[in-house]
Amino acid sequence: MAADLSGIVIAPPTRSAKVAGIYRKFKRWPVIPVFLLGLVVFSGLFAPLISPHDPEKGELRERNIPPAWSSGEKATKTVVERMSINERTTTVTLSDAQKTDPAVQIGDQIEVFSRPAGSTKFLLGTDHLGRDVLSRVIYGARISLLVSIVTLAVGGSIGVVMGLAAGWYGGVVDEILMRLVDIKLAIPLILIALVLVITLGQSLWIIVTVLCLFIWPRFARQVRGEVLQLKHMDYVSLAKVSGASTARILFIHIFPGTINTLIVVATLQVGIVILLESTLSFLGAGVPPPTPAWGSMVADGRDKLAGGVWWISTFPGIAIMLTVMSLNLFGDWLRDTLDPRLRQLE
Amino acid sequence: MQKFLVRRFLLAFVTLLSVSLIIFIMSRVSGDPRHIYLDDYSTQEDWDRMGAVLGLDKPYYQQYGIFLKGAFRGDFGESVREGRPVTEVVIERAPATLLLGAVAFTFSLLIGVPLGILSAVKRGTMMDAFGKFVALIGQSAPPFWLGIMLMFFFAVKMGWLPPYGKQDWNSIVLPAVTLGWYYAAANLRLVRSAMLDVLDSEYIKLARAKGVNSRAIIMKHAFRNALIPPLTFAGVTIGALVTGSLVVETVFAWPGLGRLAIEALFAFDYPLLQGVVITFTMIYITAAFVIDVAYAYVDPRIRYA
Repeated sequence: MAADLSGIVIAPPTRSAKVAGIYRKFKRWPVIPVFLLGLVVFSGLFAPLISPHDPEKGELRERNIPPAWSSGEKATKTVVERMSINERTTTVTLSDAQKTDPAVQIGDQIEVFSRPAGSTKFLLGTDHLGRDVLSRVIYGARISLLVSIVTLAVGGSIGVVMGLAAGWYGGVVDEILMRLVDIKLAIPLILIALVLVITLGQSLWIIVTVLCLFIWPRFARQVRGEVLQLKHMDYVSLAKVSGASTARILFIHIFPGTINTLIVVATLQVGIVILLESTLSFLGAGVPPPTPAWGSMVADGRDKLAGGVWWISTFPGIAIMLTVMSLNLFGDWLRDTLDPRLRQLE
Repeated sequence: MQKFLVRRFLLAFVTLLSVSLIIFIMSRVSGDPRHIYLDDYSTQEDWDRMGAVLGLDKPYYQQYGIFLKGAFRGDFGESVREGRPVTEVVIERAPATLLLGAVAFTFSLLIGVPLGILSAVKRGTMMDAFGKFVALIGQSAPPFWLGIMLMFFFAVKMGWLPPYGKQDWNSIVLPAVTLGWYYAAANLRLVRSAMLDVLDSEYIKLARAKGVNSRAIIMKHAFRNALIPPLTFAGVTIGALVTGSLVVETVFAWPGLGRLAIEALFAFDYPLLQGVVITFTMIYITAAFVIDVAYAYVDPRIRYA
């Protein structure tokens, strides 16, 4: 006999249940990180179309303008005929004062802007050379993208090949590889990069080379571990018996088995590459100026902070942080989805 | 254990030797050091005499031998900029970096481990969300920017802490927090995931079934095992703290080795730079060695691997 269910009413979802549902959906799909990463890629690709100003040219007259929402600062100043250098903060010349109010006379006390208000012309303000911060942040995405793509392609490939070889051959090859990894960990690579830049000059290619040196061991170790597991599989033995060459076994039979892990590792490594690249350009070893890079923009604004000019350093830093954060969140999600085993390794 | 110690020691030695070779090659690639010591008015005679003193007239492998021999005696030559032995300058600056590193390391443990345990025990609560937020900021914010922002807020705006330099005791707060946050984040994540695994294991379930109270389970049974991953990571942490000091010391004008390296670099003071890099490497290798041994002591499985 079927139970009588007619009296049961299913309650409509409460408000908090709805919120929880939305929250779960956001948790299941990395909506925000993917959106932010898309934004960075879009900015990088279409920088000339979407940036409001030229990132490398600025008017000195328009330097240090705060972001659009800032109301500026006013100060009371005395109107004088001629201004002496050490009274700059307390006086204003008659001719300047008359621009705002033609009726003022020498000796009057008037309210003037000690720092201009922000304008919608420069949404995130301008830097110490009058260049638009927003445009520079947009263009800065290009350098980060370019460096991470090239580094990932080259460094990742080196790592994969080394890892395949070490895992497959074992023995001496494996030992040498693992010692190389040790050495890499022991050397302050940032210093090496700085030395190279100082002696050979600033260039994109030196940065990429050093970053490749930095990331290949991570890929090599990962692939090595996978190969050690896969090489005892039956289908690999079968391929061996049927006369496939070592190269064929490694690249056609074993390598595809490592791709899931590699995608996860690559996503998380890009975050590290972007952090390192910006560190190098912060220390003055990035792409040569005036090309905008996020790290060097932070460095530009560093000594302006004491004067209250905070926006030059803040916005590129936020750009770096959000990009890396999105990559980390996206990578975590990928890992949980593609390869939960990896969770232990982080 | 003895066999493990010997093997580990030999490995550390090989690593140090390779690093010294890399540094030697870099210093030769970067040009003849005589260009820095001598000016345009020097004669060919000066040039040759200098070469003989520095051993530059000999083939490269002998030059490397001379460099190694000096390095073993702790002699890295004379700093061009300061006109004093490199070792003297390095020893003068090392304590500041070691202090900063030690405080940052302690900070990363004090923040990371308790927060990691709390996040795991109170999984899915506000506490866990807070832990995730701290970890996410720490792993995503570039240290140089984080330092500048902290400096702007706590020193320039609020005036609570000195913005840079090393005078009062409280001037270490901002650099140490900047340097330690990333590792606090890493420790938090490691402890949290290790803790979650341990809490799920059979022996914890047994302890619960026996009726042991949950505080005792967490502190006695789970916590100890959850410490192993952060301990392994500590080796990497200490090495990376050294590199991190380059950035943080530059931002906060902290008078340590990191800033010394940058100063030496921009002054083309290669002997000094070599000395600093070797010192960094030795600090890292020593730390990694100590931690590996400690690790093998804690977890016997490592010894026989």
